[in-house]
Amino acid sequence: MSRLALPRFEAPSFDVSWARVFAVFLKELVQMRRDRPTFAIMIMMPVIQLVLFGYAINTDPRHMPAVIELREDGPMTRAFLASLTASTYIDIVSIVTRAEDGDAALRSGQANFLISIPEGFERRLVRGERPQILIAADTSDPVAAGGAIGAIQQIAQSAFAPEFVGPLAFLAPAPAPYEIVVHRRFNPAGVSSFNIVPALLGVILTMTMVMITSIALTRESERGTMENLLATPVRPIEVMIGKTTPYIFVGAIQVVIVMTIAVLLFHIPFTGSLIAFLIGVTLFIFANLMLGYLISTLAKTQMQAMQMTFFVFLPSILLSGFMFPFRAMPAWAQAIGECLPITHFLRIVREVVLKGAGFADVIGDLMPLGAILLVLAGVALARFRRTLD
Amino acid sequence: MNVPLVIDVRGLSKSFGGRRVVDDFNLRVPRGAIYGFLGPNGSGKTTTIRMVCGLLKPEAGVGEVLGFDVLRESLKIKERVGYMTQKFSLYEDLSIRENLEFIARIYGLDRRAERVDQALADLGLAERQGQLAGKLSGGWKQRLALAACMIHEPALLLLDEPTAGVDPKARRDFWDQIRRYSAQGVTTLVSTHYMDEAVQCDSIAYIAYGKKLLDAPTAEIPNQIGLFAWRVSGRPLQEAQRLLEAQPGVDLVARFGTAVHVCGKDRAALEAAARAAKAAFPHVEIAPIETGFEEIFIYLMSGSVDNFQ
Repeated sequence: MSRLALPRFEAPSFDVSWARVFAVFLKELVQMRRDRPTFAIMIMMPVIQLVLFGYAINTDPRHMPAVIELREDGPMTRAFLASLTASTYIDIVSIVTRAEDGDAALRSGQANFLISIPEGFERRLVRGERPQILIAADTSDPVAAGGAIGAIQQIAQSAFAPEFVGPLAFLAPAPAPYEIVVHRRFNPAGVSSFNIVPALLGVILTMTMVMITSIALTRESERGTMENLLATPVRPIEVMIGKTTPYIFVGAIQVVIVMTIAVLLFHIPFTGSLIAFLIGVTLFIFANLMLGYLISTLAKTQMQAMQMTFFVFLPSILLSGFMFPFRAMPAWAQAIGECLPITHFLRIVREVVLKGAGFADVIGDLMPLGAILLVLAGVALARFRRTLD
Repeated sequence: MNVPLVIDVRGLSKSFGGRRVVDDFNLRVPRGAIYGFLGPNGSGKTTTIRMVCGLLKPEAGVGEVLGFDVLRESLKIKERVGYMTQKFSLYEDLSIRENLEFIARIYGLDRRAERVDQALADLGLAERQGQLAGKLSGGWKQRLALAACMIHEPALLLLDEPTAGVDPKARRDFWDQIRRYSAQGVTTLVSTHYMDEAVQCDSIAYIAYGKKLLDAPTAEIPNQIGLFAWRVSGRPLQEAQRLLEAQPGVDLVARFGTAVHVCGKDRAALEAAARAAKAAFPHVEIAPIETGFEEIFIYLMSGSVDNFQ
């Protein structure tokens, strides 16, 4: 009966067989190398993060677009303009003479600043009447605006100083013979949550829509159910529509939840056109679903789909203007940002919710969003046909 | 023979990654036949079946399945074919009934509830219809898969190793069901590794490394191959086997339970080898037997050229 005796358990040993450890290590290396997509992501992820985001992200925003509303043309004003032009903090995108044009540029997001120099500025300056320079700043993103406002004040000071010589020397002593008045527009209190919360809607939708669809679809191929599905007369477009529609409802529910919380809890003022908002949200949800669908045609496993989702997710947060001012990024980073659905969605949401924009104000972002959607849908459908071959 | 052909394909070829997986494949299956599809693992059986049902596009070749062009009318073929995949490919997180209803909807069937009820009753799944498919045992999953691919009453059944991993009783029940369908005029192409299933087929096509090596009515195969067999049993079996393997005229020595089967194409040389073994080991029993399918297919597999190396 000795064979049936209970096995004697050995006391836990701390003797490590390095040969076995090495065996496991080698096996792991081989598996890692064989899983090419994962390997590529592991290598690409840090490279892309460093190169892309390291250069693109700037917490001291420069090159913010500004519109000058100019109703004066004298030597001192010209000196001020020259200094503004030379400054790296702002880029003058246009010079207008009518107040409405300046306001429109600010609301549509074409410019972040409107600098108004009133008529008779120089005359009143010389008389010592302390005329005003008006800076209207789009403070829907308070961080982005803060630095530039300070910079503009500095620029004014150094631009006017050399002019206060000779007969005008009496203007030189502090306080400055002019006054700079800053109007914070769209988010006058500079509340960060006003800027962040509506934008979070974009991030939440990107995260869930892209991830859920890509995983739900990859699951079909990973579990082998796709083969059965393809053996039936069902067409790719039917699978695409049928599989993504449920998530449209999920997205709609998320929108309702986020906006309810935004209004009730964060007291976000919803001032713009509801129709423009709804069109933007709908296009955005569809674009994300197509992105998820596209990923599912590339990924072989749910794990890969997850990793690819993060590949989309990181630039969506970092290059879209969600976390850092879009205009402060270098041109190539802005170009990447323009291709992301969330970049356009964020602009639409911020303009509609915070700036009271209407349909016409956001058409410039609705169009590219629609174009992105069409391209994604086309590529996703073309890819689907080849899945089993 | 004036029975219409359900599958009539010629010269089907398919490569993956530059490797020929199926090469110049021809097949003619008459209506109502049960056609066995045999071959070693990786020989291209699954790829061939997928091409026949329109799941893969052949690179070369022509043909018709159920009278529809295999290259251009795959949608029409899909509507009329029931394909059972090698791996269970219904939804494990749906119940039995939900799976069947889904398939019924996909095929756009009328009287859906009635058909699903009928399918559940036919296969003895009625009481378990609310159970999740993922919780079923291998045998029940296979029944469900068969029910799912029969629900639209296809004229052609393509079964890819349907009984792999299923217990012997369930395998017998499954084949009884296939024969009932055959009697109703349903044509079946079934791939298998089990010889007891192969002998139940009307005809057998044998494929190895993408090439068809044999295609004949099952009853004619032993004559066509011309393989003779002797049974060797008793002791010392191991030594007798070693001696036989070295004899001229012995093409195959294979263990069958407690005995060894010795096969060869040259009848006289094989008999001489058997007598030599008997002379060396007088206690072993040696007798000629009828050649079985298992011996024939092991012989075919050991002879085929491996183009995967």
